[in-house]
Amino acid sequence: MKRIQFTLCLAILAFAATQALAQDSGEVLIKNATILTASHGTIENGSILIRGGKIAAVGKDVTASAGARVIDGTGMFVTPGLIDAHSHTAVDGGVNEGSLSVTAMVRVRDVINENDPNIYRQLAGGTTTIHVMHGSANSIGGQNVVLKLKWGKTGEEMVVTDAPRTIKFALGENPKRAGTPQQNPFGGGGRPPRYPATRMGVAETIRGAFTEGREYLQKWDAYEAAVKKGENPVPPKRDLKLDALADILRGKLLIHSHCYRADEILMLMDVAREFGFKVQTFQHVLEGYKVAKEIAAHGAGGSTFSDWWAYKMEAFDAIPGNAAIMTHKGVVVSINSDSNDLARRLYQEAAKTIKYGNLTEEEALRFVTLNPAKQLKIDHRVGSIDVGKDGDLAIFNGHPFSIYSRVEMTLVEGNVLFDRKQDLAHRDQLAKEKKALIDAERRNAGQPQPTQATPAPPPTEEEEGEGHHGHNNQ
Amino acid sequence: MTKLKIGARCAALALLGLLATRALAQNNEYLIRDAKIVTVTGATIARGSVHIKDGKIVAVGERVTAPATAKVIDARGLSVYPGLIDSGTTLGLTEVSSVQETRDITELGDFSADAKAIVAVNPNSELIPVTRANGITTVLTSPRGRLVAGQAALINLDGWTWQEMAVKQVAAMAMEYPRLSFGGGGGGGGFRQQQQQGGDPRQAALLQVEALKKKLDEASAYAKAKDARAKDASLPSRTTDLVLEAMIPVVKGELPVVMQANTEAEIKGAVELADKYKLKLIIGGADQALKVASLLKSKNIPIIIGPVTEVPNREDDAYDRNYAMAGELFKAGVRFAIQTNDAAYVRNLPYEAGTAAAFGLPREEALKAVTIYPAQMFGVDSMIGSIEAGKMANLIITDGDPLEFRTNVKQMFINGKPVDLTTRHTKLYEKFNARP
Repeated sequence: MKRIQFTLCLAILAFAATQALAQDSGEVLIKNATILTASHGTIENGSILIRGGKIAAVGKDVTASAGARVIDGTGMFVTPGLIDAHSHTAVDGGVNEGSLSVTAMVRVRDVINENDPNIYRQLAGGTTTIHVMHGSANSIGGQNVVLKLKWGKTGEEMVVTDAPRTIKFALGENPKRAGTPQQNPFGGGGRPPRYPATRMGVAETIRGAFTEGREYLQKWDAYEAAVKKGENPVPPKRDLKLDALADILRGKLLIHSHCYRADEILMLMDVAREFGFKVQTFQHVLEGYKVAKEIAAHGAGGSTFSDWWAYKMEAFDAIPGNAAIMTHKGVVVSINSDSNDLARRLYQEAAKTIKYGNLTEEEALRFVTLNPAKQLKIDHRVGSIDVGKDGDLAIFNGHPFSIYSRVEMTLVEGNVLFDRKQDLAHRDQLAKEKKALIDAERRNAGQPQPTQATPAPPPTEEEEGEGHHGHNNQ
Repeated sequence: MTKLKIGARCAALALLGLLATRALAQNNEYLIRDAKIVTVTGATIARGSVHIKDGKIVAVGERVTAPATAKVIDARGLSVYPGLIDSGTTLGLTEVSSVQETRDITELGDFSADAKAIVAVNPNSELIPVTRANGITTVLTSPRGRLVAGQAALINLDGWTWQEMAVKQVAAMAMEYPRLSFGGGGGGGGFRQQQQQGGDPRQAALLQVEALKKKLDEASAYAKAKDARAKDASLPSRTTDLVLEAMIPVVKGELPVVMQANTEAEIKGAVELADKYKLKLIIGGADQALKVASLLKSKNIPIIIGPVTEVPNREDDAYDRNYAMAGELFKAGVRFAIQTNDAAYVRNLPYEAGTAAAFGLPREEALKAVTIYPAQMFGVDSMIGSIEAGKMANLIITDGDPLEFRTNVKQMFINGKPVDLTTRHTKLYEKFNARP
């Protein structure tokens, strides 16, 4: 059965790849649509020209060359491709290297699963860029990766190579949970509890790591200075974990820290001051509204949920006006998914924030476009509909903030990678293919099979799971 | 202070008290005027009034008069809708889902028919006002996680006590059909657990089906014996068994059963049980209902689906499978209501229904799936679920379509009383937004 599913998946992929290749060049013109630019307001009856994967023109009077693919946008709304600043999609296996509380050396980029069907589902919800993060089990987790959802390409081709490197930190209940034996989600089978077990310990774990990281950095600086002077020093011993910590201190590796409560947010900023680094973005940051002033002064962004709350003790003071208050107080705010569900409808999540916090439409749209782009420092390429940026667009059949709207088409760098009409049209064909494969498998069932070891079942998908949806009540 | 003065004061206080009582009595009567009224069961009134008295809707229409003492609510430019109903929640039974001490959802033992949700409903749960703020006035709150999990209650989201909250203290028996098979990557926790324990999960599930049948047989026999003895006191009396006692209305077909069943085989199995034991069956979850749509339609078995926004189970499912399912069930003629299956996120019920409408369900049907349809399923459609004279005054005044994200609920009535719409969230918002 596994084999059938895999083959089927390949068939779908092959189909998607063909589609992508067929449109890999030339011009695309979307005309006569309502364009929500996210940077400079709304353009009624406007057009967008994409050439060579980049936006070449936006406005009322835009013309394309004769061979351009023309998409009629009458009655449609176009937004920038949506950006998810907190994702765990397309990770092959677990998202937590939970054996230690400091695992700065591991990289999500090494375990991208480009066959994850959630990539396509999210494209079908207008999402085009995702920040795929290490889990939150560790005070200092692994290094994250930014992907474009180029369904049909390899994981390595999806990587946004000019995005600055980022690393996951985590504060509060998750990193200390491993220190609490009865709750240890990583231990089970008699594994001893792992330090730390309290918020005090989390703070000291981070201080300890940076103390070591700073000394390591000093050794390398001294070594390099000596080399420059023409001496022949012995290089320090290379340590991949400390390399990452040193890169944070050099400002080359940006921190995205999972956090909930106000106290721990202040704690990390305090440690940052002590060691001279910056926090790029606070993730979840559910009590960010309590210390928005301090976050704004530090210069960090806040990437939060629209309305998650009450799933754990540290989320009991979470409010849906969090994004609004942080925005009012000068923090660059995004709304993220942290889930394979919400990543399919970030536009809905953004829409909710308007009511809960008296925000304008454009402010809300920026939560899932321009602002996450800024937090990931890729706003020179994505996040708004402006000339020179990537041709990443979502086309809706109504206003994206109406509950009755849905995505009709999604483009990544000018390629239509989701088209609802095509998706619907090919369902029969896929069903036939599936049936043929199953029938073939059944016919072969009686035949002698070459013996081979049964592959181990894949590990249980441990979603990062801030425990939001579905059956958490059961 | 002289005695006289004290006397005068007392008299004044007494008078005040009397006035207050009178005022309260008068405040029992309201006239919501000049609103668009979406009645759900009848035609929408473009501009009309709703007269509320003693907890009930007295009159609805274009021309409605009320005594001068009635409090008038000018609703020009606003709309009146019935309060929304979530047909599957654990609201009031849990506060912080990851903190076991705050969860009262799953009792020990496979057969907990005597466990009543209503007695564990916390009227002061912070989740309740948060839910109300988005227009939900009534929910089914249900035990979960056992073959017979217990008795679900239909509650209004207002009241000083759980007695005051109850629309129906016992609205349904919550049951779960044993999990027979699991496809795709998601779900299947129980199945996996059994696998890990090394047993044959299918065999274990079939044994559970047999155990469930046996319990239903016992309950039928118990009910029969009890009836017989009621007619003939010379018959020997049975020792009272609280679990079987609670099952009597189930096997007599008087109390609806909400049976969780998701795969085609599970749904068919549940229908077989209903046929055999004459159960008043409602299927909960019903993930593969479309595969058995004609069976459900022919037997007129309603189902409760949702969350609509759940990610599809199988990797080769259509991307919009769950979004579109409600629309397809509607086309197939299957009766259904939409649930959130949650507690903290019951407030998103309108968006669950609305998302189904974005993918093919007619908008009026989406609204009915969270108002009159659940009321019908639980046998309270003469009480709630629409704006009609004689019904309990559970309604909302909004500045637009309650399924839309940007709509605000301006006022809410539950059981004829205005309800406070401030929440833990609005209070924290005000407090910290004002932080200097």
